[in-house]
Amino acid sequence: MLYGLVLIPLVGALVTWLLPDDHRRPIVLPVCGALHLALTAAVLVNTPPPSHAGWIFLDPIGKLILLVASVLFMVCAVYSVGYLGYRRERRNRVLCMGLLVCLSAMTLAALAQHLGLLWVAIETTTLTMAPLIYFNRNARSIEATWKYMLICSVGIALALLGLYFLAYSTIVAGGEATLLLPSLIGQARHLSPAWLNAAFVFLLVGFGTKMGLAPLHTWKPDAYGEAPGLVGALLAGGLVNCAFLGIMRIYQICMAAGHPRFFQDTLVMMGLVSMATAAVFVVRQADFKRMLAYSSVEHVGILAVALGLGKGALFGALLHMINNGLTKGVLFLSCGNIHRSYGSKSCDVVKGALSRLPWSGGLFLAGFIAITGSPPFAPFISEFTIVTNAFGEGHYLVGAAFLLFLAVIFIGMASTVLPMVMGVEPEALEPTDYRDRLLTVAPPLLLMGVVLLLGLWLPAPFRQLLHDAAGLLEVRP
Amino acid sequence: MSSFSDQLLVLVMLINFLVLGSSRMAISIRAVAVQGVALGLLPGIIHSVSWHILLISAGIIVAKGVLIPSLLTGAVRKAEIRREIEPFIGYIATLLLGAVLTALAFLFSQKLPLHPAHRGLLFVPAAIATLLTGFLVLTTRRKAITQVIGYLILENGIFIFGLLLTEAMPVMVEAGALLDLLVGIFVMGIIINHISREFSSIDTSRLTALKE
Repeated sequence: MLYGLVLIPLVGALVTWLLPDDHRRPIVLPVCGALHLALTAAVLVNTPPPSHAGWIFLDPIGKLILLVASVLFMVCAVYSVGYLGYRRERRNRVLCMGLLVCLSAMTLAALAQHLGLLWVAIETTTLTMAPLIYFNRNARSIEATWKYMLICSVGIALALLGLYFLAYSTIVAGGEATLLLPSLIGQARHLSPAWLNAAFVFLLVGFGTKMGLAPLHTWKPDAYGEAPGLVGALLAGGLVNCAFLGIMRIYQICMAAGHPRFFQDTLVMMGLVSMATAAVFVVRQADFKRMLAYSSVEHVGILAVALGLGKGALFGALLHMINNGLTKGVLFLSCGNIHRSYGSKSCDVVKGALSRLPWSGGLFLAGFIAITGSPPFAPFISEFTIVTNAFGEGHYLVGAAFLLFLAVIFIGMASTVLPMVMGVEPEALEPTDYRDRLLTVAPPLLLMGVVLLLGLWLPAPFRQLLHDAAGLLEVRP
Repeated sequence: MSSFSDQLLVLVMLINFLVLGSSRMAISIRAVAVQGVALGLLPGIIHSVSWHILLISAGIIVAKGVLIPSLLTGAVRKAEIRREIEPFIGYIATLLLGAVLTALAFLFSQKLPLHPAHRGLLFVPAAIATLLTGFLVLTTRRKAITQVIGYLILENGIFIFGLLLTEAMPVMVEAGALLDLLVGIFVMGIIINHISREFSSIDTSRLTALKE
């Protein structure tokens, strides 16, 4: 069954490559997405045991990543059928292939227990997303793609060096060199501290570049700004989670090693720096997709802070990972619609979205309210958990800084979003052929519904899964 | 045995300087190709020969010595450039900086808590020196292709460190890493092609439209 999860998207990619018809090609995406989602549900209920000498196993953390990736892909796949209908001037073969191969790689990353395999999967997601950012084929998107490619490749190369340091720390400790997660966690207490710290730093820098932690986030505004909304949703929801998975795996090892302060403090520091950077830059962004990129930097910072705080905040971190992925999906898909309708990404042109596009404008507004942490939406629950744990464990300064940055970002984003959705459409606007139809509205609407539902009620099996995953990340005495 | 691997590592480090000081793209590409071949020979020399090692060596030599240079030469030809323009810090300064970084690499690796079998060998200094050279080329050059060459040198430096660890990195992962590198360079080559078509130049200091 696990083979199916990885192979179905690859088969789909092959089919999209062979299909000559641009009009019918997007249908392959929801078909593969549905099969993948069905298999995911089956695997979550009946977890297969570890296979291939322990390289492949779906542990609770992997299950969460797989779940979000699969749901997000399915929603984006249905959306793409509608969206690509409006983009008939472009060939969509590379887009469809890239999306499917990326899904396959994300699945493999969720299943990998060997850190080398995890690295290969994450590198593959980086590579498959590059041509997708270039979908619009203009000077700005080539610049964005080049920066993305170069910065993320260097980052991933440094992550590889970090993995080498980790393996080396086992050799120096006199054991057998290994990169299997369970063995590393078992040996963690004996690993050479100098090499383990170096490994952690390089892996944090490497995967942090991929995730968008400041100051390694410089590729994000350009890439998210120039990519189509569909691609942005998968970048912000899927790839961020895979990179966070890499950081969580090294975190598991470091927590088992017995001297967690260095790792926790570094994570909290980088997280707060990211939130501060987002707070500074999100104000007065002229381009709403770039604003969403900075929002992504903020939430990546929140994830890092929560991971660094540990204990009760770990539940909040994992829940936030899910909430962020889903809400970013809503935001990017709805702003993709707004872009199509107005023909521009600039906040000077886009005004009165609620009257011109009641559904997409409304979803964008709802998404903004959710992502900045207002009840009754799910991100409020996760952020509240993190803040109460910060104050409860005595990290007053961290908690206060956290709240301050959240407030500044709320005001900053509001100053951009509210003029966009309220008010009247500019008269000089040319009519475009975009209308809010089922295929481009239902997917983000569904995601928004899920975000609202999770904010009101966490189903018991889901809550159990989150607790199991948080248990894996806790410090072992 | 070990003296031959030492000579190869010295060759690798000398090639670093060649790339740092050269403004001609063709020379840089060929230099990195030779570096790749030298690195490909190393697993066969330092570890006992077996099918898995021979396969890795062959794969690396083909990928780094033949495929990647041909992708880059193709991109150079399509972009119709021959030379790098004056980098952000001049060539002489770059060479001096490279020399200083190599010396620091040697000093630093003496302080590192290495496994007793690896102390005094050239692997760790060569790895660090090559890594730093790669960074230097990546950050100070303007042309996109030279930045890719810097990235390749960076990867070579990381690979040298990985040579100390062949048990932890089984064939599957090595093959995967190599494949990713190949595809990465392929994608970069295509992007460079598009950059040159869009901007009629591959001077990346012109890629400044997206700013705050």
